Parts: sequence; structure tokens; C-alpha cells
Amino acid sequence: MTTKLLTALLLGTSILGTTGMALAEDVTLNIESWRGDDLTIWKDKLIPAFEAKNPGIKVVFAPSAPTEYDAALGAKLSAGSAGDLITCRPFDKSLELFKKGNLADLSTLPGMENFSPVAKAAWQTDDGKSSFCVPMASVIHGFIYNKDAFDKLGLKVPTTNEEFYAVLDKIKADGTYIPMAMGTKDLWEAATMGYQNIGPNYWKGEEGRQALIKGEQKLTDADWVEPYRELAKWKPYLGDGFEAQTYPDSQNLFTLGRAAIYPAGSWEIGLFNTQAQFKMGAFPPPVQKAGDTCYISDHTDIGMGLNAASKHPEEAKKFLAWVASPDFATIYANALPGFFSLNSTPVKMEDPLAQEFVSWRGKCKSTIRSTYQILSRGTPNLENETWVESANVINGTDTPEAAAKKLQDGLDSWYKPAK
Amino acid sequence: MAAQTRPKRPIRWHIGVFLAPAVLVYTAIMILPLAGTLQLSLFRNIEQHQVFVGFDNFRTLFGDPNWSVNFWNALRNNVWFFIIHMLVQNPIGVLLAALLSSPRLRFAAFYRTAIFVPTILSFVIVGFAWKLILSPIWGVAPHLLDFVGLKSLFTPWLGKEQYALTALSLVSVWQFIGIPMMLIYAALLSIPDEVIEAAECDGVTGMAQFWKIKLPLILPSIGIISILTFVGNFNAFDLIYTAQGALAGPNYSTDILGTFLYRAFFGFQLQVGDPNMGAAIATMMFLIILAGVCVYLFLVQTRLRRYQF
Repeated sequence: MTTKLLTALLLGTSILGTTGMALAEDVTLNIESWRGDDLTIWKDKLIPAFEAKNPGIKVVFAPSAPTEYDAALGAKLSAGSAGDLITCRPFDKSLELFKKGNLADLSTLPGMENFSPVAKAAWQTDDGKSSFCVPMASVIHGFIYNKDAFDKLGLKVPTTNEEFYAVLDKIKADGTYIPMAMGTKDLWEAATMGYQNIGPNYWKGEEGRQALIKGEQKLTDADWVEPYRELAKWKPYLGDGFEAQTYPDSQNLFTLGRAAIYPAGSWEIGLFNTQAQFKMGAFPPPVQKAGDTCYISDHTDIGMGLNAASKHPEEAKKFLAWVASPDFATIYANALPGFFSLNSTPVKMEDPLAQEFVSWRGKCKSTIRSTYQILSRGTPNLENETWVESANVINGTDTPEAAAKKLQDGLDSWYKPAK
Repeated sequence: MAAQTRPKRPIRWHIGVFLAPAVLVYTAIMILPLAGTLQLSLFRNIEQHQVFVGFDNFRTLFGDPNWSVNFWNALRNNVWFFIIHMLVQNPIGVLLAALLSSPRLRFAAFYRTAIFVPTILSFVIVGFAWKLILSPIWGVAPHLLDFVGLKSLFTPWLGKEQYALTALSLVSVWQFIGIPMMLIYAALLSIPDEVIEAAECDGVTGMAQFWKIKLPLILPSIGIISILTFVGNFNAFDLIYTAQGALAGPNYSTDILGTFLYRAFFGFQLQVGDPNMGAAIATMMFLIILAGVCVYLFLVQTRLRRYQF
């Protein structure tokens, strides 16, 4: 009898005790992400900064592997076990989640006004009316060059096409360096670092991209074929056997100091800073004629949204509002040089190379990669075909005109622009 | 009266009991998924619902040029992949086995092991190692050719449309040469000594003995190897994927049915996966392999039997 009473008492206290604790316990928010690389930055810098200002909210960053992220997230969302905050892939993958009702509408979230329409475009419905993720970071395309090599050969940073090829010719004539480190084996280098890098200068950034989506321009128009003509001219400046040169090969050729110019995305900055033993600089894609407006690809890459089934939407929104603030932007951009904040407030960055990249936002007009929004929804997939055709053009197996025609034909077979 | 009727045969439970584990396991991991794939290929995802569409997916696969061009390209490449294996892997396998079974060869066990080792290596290692060997930047291939003064013969094989598939087929041959070698070697060892001795008494020795006595006796093994090669090649995927990526570049020149299926089923980069079209391709692969195996079983193997003892 006494033992029973004792057990009952003990049980009672334990239950009461735990409920008491749960009441006093902080709200915990879980972040779903594919950026396992950023775990330490979140744990040591971002989350403490947020928690210091918002007592009572605990945040846990729980990444999964990049290749498994989409499938795992889908499964967790349908099982109801996904975290409160969801790191968003750009465009269709997140749009699909929003349409399924997995992501909450964030159009009215305080802080969303800190972002430009281009920055928000990656996480909006096609009509642009609702936004469902806070833009976090973008990557900028351009060219990174070996400053020591340029100094040795007495070269100046090129700003126009003419100067660009003059520089390449000089490096080639000298023979110490491979003029440009790029390969076509992995295909995407040719498309992303080539076509999407120099292209915006020709199709006039957003203007051309929107016109393409509206169906007013075609990939066979001069503005869209011209970048391919330029790419075709790159062939003699690439290293021996560039057809079998992979992306890591290109990175290594450049960081080992064997190549002078590297058609780049800003995400390389972190790696190059640790590997290259020489000084580096960067220049934006050269314009056709001196005085032309320059355009850069400032591609929105990563955002964060709210799980519509979250049990703590208020706290999660508080966190998202902080993600939209300049405070977050400063910490994030400095911890990950090369992933630039999309916040309209300029962010102070320490890294000189990252500063150079981001300074182009001031003098050039920003756009995103032309194939990402809407145009890659069908079969054949425009983005994948662009990889293949860009490599073909550089390899010389397709003429620029033939490549453009193939892409446009593929697009026409399924895409009917809204009239 | 009743005692005189034939005793009722007892139900032979043990047959079922002994078969059950294999049948159950095989059904669960082979037959059900296969049936599932066939079923999936008859449906289509319309507005988040699986809708029965009959053979529409196959009509798309063969009627829509966006799919059919890729399919025929993949099939053509796959046939070439198979031809290279038949022309290079199997004859060399037979040759190696004949050399190994020669009683005068020293270190036979060492050679046998060394040649067989690549077969047990992972595709990832093989793909990566050969990518490095053939790399124009860091690879040993250009240097080795330079030593013998043939540097001019080197091209970035894996990056050229006209060579990439052949180069990869030869890498695959290198990897799997051990299998025909071992099977033929075993077949050669199992030829009874009396047959060989009788041949020697009749004065059939050396090369003539190989062509007239041994080769006919190992033909059934060669048949088995051919069909294994056929099935393996038309299911191949790993090597192309690890060496060239899912887009099987350059310009789809190394795209085989396996990589085509992968892209359709799981999607790639911005391309969203379409399990139904993927299942349609998988069904076609199944039918192609089934047809090949049937041809072998009904036309080739029945004739081969006559050579057996």
C-alpha cells in the first residue's frame, strides 16, 4: 500500500515536474537546410546573434545532404515532421511547395521591403503577388584573374570586348600562362560561367529575360546568339584538351597559378582565398563598346521560408524578419564571402575580392540566369539543353546559330508564352 | 474394399516449404518491383493524381521527337557499347583463358588474380581513376605516349564526341575482362583429359587442337558470357554516370539507356523527375533485354547443346 502510494506520488511529481519545465522551456525552432557546409557559421555566429536579441526562442540548424535535401524535405513535410523554417531552393522547387500549401505566404512579413523585385522573383508566384521565402543570398558572375600574372605581363584589366581579347592574345603570345581556365567536360561550366556570365550584356539583363518569358524575344534573336558567337571565340584561349577538362581541373589550373583568367562565380572566393598563393582580382563581363551599360548575373540562390504547419509561426516569423534585416546580412555575407546578401542596404564586407564583386551592383544592372524562371519547366529542359549546347559551341561541334535554333525549337515545343 | 484402393498420395508439403524462402524473397525484391514499374508506366501524374493513361507514355516516348530522338540515340549508343564488348572483351577473355590454362605458364595464379582485380573495384573508383589517367592536364596517358614519341596521337578522348563512347566502352572492357576469362578458364579446365589425349594420338596439337577440339567444347560457356554481357551492357549506367555525369556529354554522345532512364526518372538539375516516363523507359529496357535473352535461349542455346557430351 505504501509502495503504491509512493509510486503514485513519485509519478505525480514527475509529471507535474515535466509540465512545469515545459512551460518554462523556450520555444525551439528547427531549420531545414542543404547547406551542411554552413553548420558552424549558423551555430557559432548567426544563431547566437539572434538568440541574444530574442530570449525565449531557441534555434536549431539541422541540415541534410544536398542531394537528399529535396526528397527528404518532401517526405518530412507530408509526414508533418519538418522543421519550422525551410531553406528555399530558387524558383520552381519552392514554388511547388508553396502551391501544395507547405510554405506560408510571407508577402506581409516585416523586412520584405528590404529586397528589390529581382531579388524576390525567385520566391514569388508567377504573377508576383505572393512571396513565400525571404531571399538570403545570391552569387555574382564575373572573371577572377591572377594579379601577379597581369602585373608581370603588364596587362590592364579589360573593360570592353576588344580589350578582353587583346589581353587574352598577349597572355597566349607570352606562353607562360594558359589564358583562360575553363573546360567543357562537365558542360555546366560552359553554360553557367560562359553563356550566363557574359550573356546579360547582350540581352540587356532583365529586359531581355522578361521579353523571352513573354515571348517577345526568341533565343534565335541577335541579342541571344551573340553571346554564343563570343563563346565560340574563346576556344583558342583555353588549355590543351579543354574538352576533357573538368570543373575541379579548371579550379586547380587557376589556383596553381597555371592559368591567368578564370570565368567565375563568386562562390569560388572562399576556396580560392585558401588555395591560391598569388594576389587575385576580379572584373565584370566586358561590354561590347566603351560606355555601354553593363549588366551582371546576380543570381538568387538561397532563401528561407516558413513551414505552413509550424507550431510556432509567430516566433518563426520573428526569426524570418531578422533574416530579412541588415544585421543578418552583415554576419552572413562576411562569414561566407561570395554569397552576397540580397538586402538593399549595402553590407560592409572585409574580403577585398568579395568587395570587388559586390561593387558591380552599383555600376551595373543586375539580372538572374535567363533559364531559371518558368522556362525550365518542360521537356526538353532549357537549362540542361543550354549546358549541352554551350559546350557544343565552344567545342566547335555546333555553330552559334545552330545551337540557338536547337534551344528555341526545344522551348517552342512546350512553352506557350501568356499573351 | 477400402483397404484395396491405392493409398492416397500424401501432400508433399516439404516442396512448398523448401521453395518458400526463395520464392518469397525473389517475389518481394524482384517480381513486385518489376510489376510496379510496368504498372507505373501506364499512369501519368495529372494535377497531383496518378491517372491511368494506357500506352500514352509509350506513344510520347516514340512519337514525340523530344523523347524519341534521345531514346534512339541512347539505344544506338548502347548497341555500340555492346558491340565493343563482344568484339574486344570476349575474344581477349578467351585468349587470356587459353594462355592461363597453358601448363607451361609461370605465375599463372598471379596473372589470374591481377586481371580479375578490376572487376571487384567500385565503378566510382574505376571512373575516377580513368578520368585521371586520360586527363590531358594531369593524366599519365599523354606522358606515356610522349615516351614512345606518339604524343601526337593523344586527344582528350573523354571530351570528344567521336571517341568518348568507345573510350568508355574500353574502360568497361578493362574492368570486366576478368569475368569471361574466369568462366572460359573454368570451362577449359573441365575438358576431360581423355579427349585431349585422343586428339594428340590423332596428331591434333597446338593451335589446331585449340580451334578443333577446345573451342567447340567451350562454346556453351561463350554463349553464357555473351548473354551476360548483353544483359550487363543494356543495364549499364554506373560507369557513364561516374565518368561523364548524368547528361552523358559531350552532346549526349555517351548517353545509354541507363543514363537516359536516370534523367527521366529522377530528373537532373532543373529538370524535374517524371517517374512515369522513367518507368516507360525502364519497361522498354526490360523488353529489349527479354527479347535478347529469348533469342539466345530459343535459337542459340538449343543448337549449342548438340556439342555437349
